Amino acid sequence: MDIEHGHMVALAKSFGLFYLIALSIGVLIYTFWPSNKKRFERAARDIIQDEDTPWR
Amino acid sequence: MVSQLTMNERRWAMGILIALSLIGLTMLGAGRGDAFGVHGAIVAAAAIAMIFVVISGYFAPEPGEERLTRYYDDPSKAGIVISMVWAMLGLFVGDWVAWLLAYPNLTFDAPWSSLGRIRPVHTTSIIFGFGGNALIATSFHVLQRTTRARLPDQLSPWFVLLGYNLFCVIAVTGYLMGVTQSKEYAEAEWYADIWLVVVWVTYFAIYLRTLARRKEPHIYVANWYYMAFILAVAMLHIVNNLAVPISLGHAKSYSLFSGVQDAMTQWWYGHNAVAFFLTAGFLGMLYYYLPKRAGRPIFSYRLSIISFWGITFIYMWAGSHHLHYTALPQWVQTLGMTFSVMLLVPSWASAGNALMTLNGAWHKVRDDATLRFMMVAAIFYGLSTFEGSFMAIRPVNALSHYTDWTIGHVHAGAMGWVALITFGSIYAVVPWLWKREAMYSARLIELHFWLALSGTLIYVFAMWNSGITQGLMWRTYNESGTLAYSFVDSLVAMYPYYIARAIGGLLFFLGAIVGFYNIWMTIRTAPAEARASEPDAPALSGARVQPGE
Repeated sequence: MDIEHGHMVALAKSFGLFYLIALSIGVLIYTFWPSNKKRFERAARDIIQDEDTPWR
Repeated sequence: MVSQLTMNERRWAMGILIALSLIGLTMLGAGRGDAFGVHGAIVAAAAIAMIFVVISGYFAPEPGEERLTRYYDDPSKAGIVISMVWAMLGLFVGDWVAWLLAYPNLTFDAPWSSLGRIRPVHTTSIIFGFGGNALIATSFHVLQRTTRARLPDQLSPWFVLLGYNLFCVIAVTGYLMGVTQSKEYAEAEWYADIWLVVVWVTYFAIYLRTLARRKEPHIYVANWYYMAFILAVAMLHIVNNLAVPISLGHAKSYSLFSGVQDAMTQWWYGHNAVAFFLTAGFLGMLYYYLPKRAGRPIFSYRLSIISFWGITFIYMWAGSHHLHYTALPQWVQTLGMTFSVMLLVPSWASAGNALMTLNGAWHKVRDDATLRFMMVAAIFYGLSTFEGSFMAIRPVNALSHYTDWTIGHVHAGAMGWVALITFGSIYAVVPWLWKREAMYSARLIELHFWLALSGTLIYVFAMWNSGITQGLMWRTYNESGTLAYSFVDSLVAMYPYYIARAIGGLLFFLGAIVGFYNIWMTIRTAPAEARASEPDAPALSGARVQPGE
């Protein structure tokens, strides 16, 4: 099958649209998932601690 | 440097350098009478010089196991100094180009100093030399601190840093000899591109290997940005540089792509170079150094995640806005335009997140020029992303494209955002890395800040004026329906703006010199006891909180 311009347009207008919307929804669910809240807050706070050696 | 490598790593280093010098000598033999041979000589000379460095430290005692209780920062230290050297070179050449546009005689009748050759020297020195080295240096620093793990070995970070700089030197010397692929921001020819792939894959492997050994389960958002930078740049670089050399002993190659496909591939690369090299990586810097310097956690960690995925997935589609009103199909242009406008959301989310982090700490911004560098960088990031989205709209682009407005926009981003966040991050990280109380001189940071800010403002305002004047002159018709101004008329109108632009660039260049002096003096004027003893105590097993440095 030859891939023609029309195929690429159809792909962009269907699959491209839906996977980007699905991705956005997935990211929002992950970001606002209630049990992630504590983990994110700890991550933001922890880098501020002055600590300059690796954990063993 | 060599004394920190294990015996096995020293053997590997010798092996790599011998192989590299043989490659260089082969290139020298195969490319006689061509720039390819000159590059062979440079590769061989660099490799042989490094062989001597390795030999001189080859029989030094091996580092003990206690090295594993510390982070490995020497590649970061070297990277920061190299980055500032490239900054001064790139800004000097950039300002020369600026004066050259006002006074064309400044080529001095030499082929190597013509605009077409020294302009890519400027862009490559700044983007890859200054920006790239700063990204590599800070990414190693941030990666280790946020994963609480040491880099996986001592050799590969040096391979990445020095190999990357070899690429930059090959690229820049090539332009002066007329070697170019004629692809903007991807001018270096095929052999340099292959070498960069090797270096870059090693860089990504360091990231993955350190992450695999991380002690902190959550991967801090700055690392996501750095990884997006490394991964996307690898992909862009490989695809855009697919080419066939005319022979294995010649610098010249032909691209796999032609016509509008070539243009689209180039600007898919070109715009994502802005997105992932000049934005994602530097956002990694912003998300670590700004909260750290301000002593406050990022305003919203959730917002930083949303902007991350927004930026990575939307930017990929924006490149076609560089090709409005060309042979590119209309729907592809519209696609690029739409995604460019959508990009405003994640971009302003990041800029807003940075500024909201500082909300409540404005007294620190007032007193601390380092933090002020980062604050102004966030403002310029917000401004230039708004401007970029606006200019990507097709009718606006009809006025702005091919004019100095584009140059103004690029420099609002490169000077106002990229360079200022880099200077701010460097001023923050230098005292931490070299275990100093503070930078050598706070007043010199202050001086650098005002030189950089005034230079940027003069530059950007000159180019806005010049660009819009050009755009309007080129589209003004008289009563008979022909163009009212000739091209030379518009050139004459540009003259004062070109001089103003060169003065702005000069101020920015002077600022970088002040910055380099300050960094150098911070390194040199070590407190004697700090130089003698390692202040970092090994962490007790399982200890979470250590006394500060």
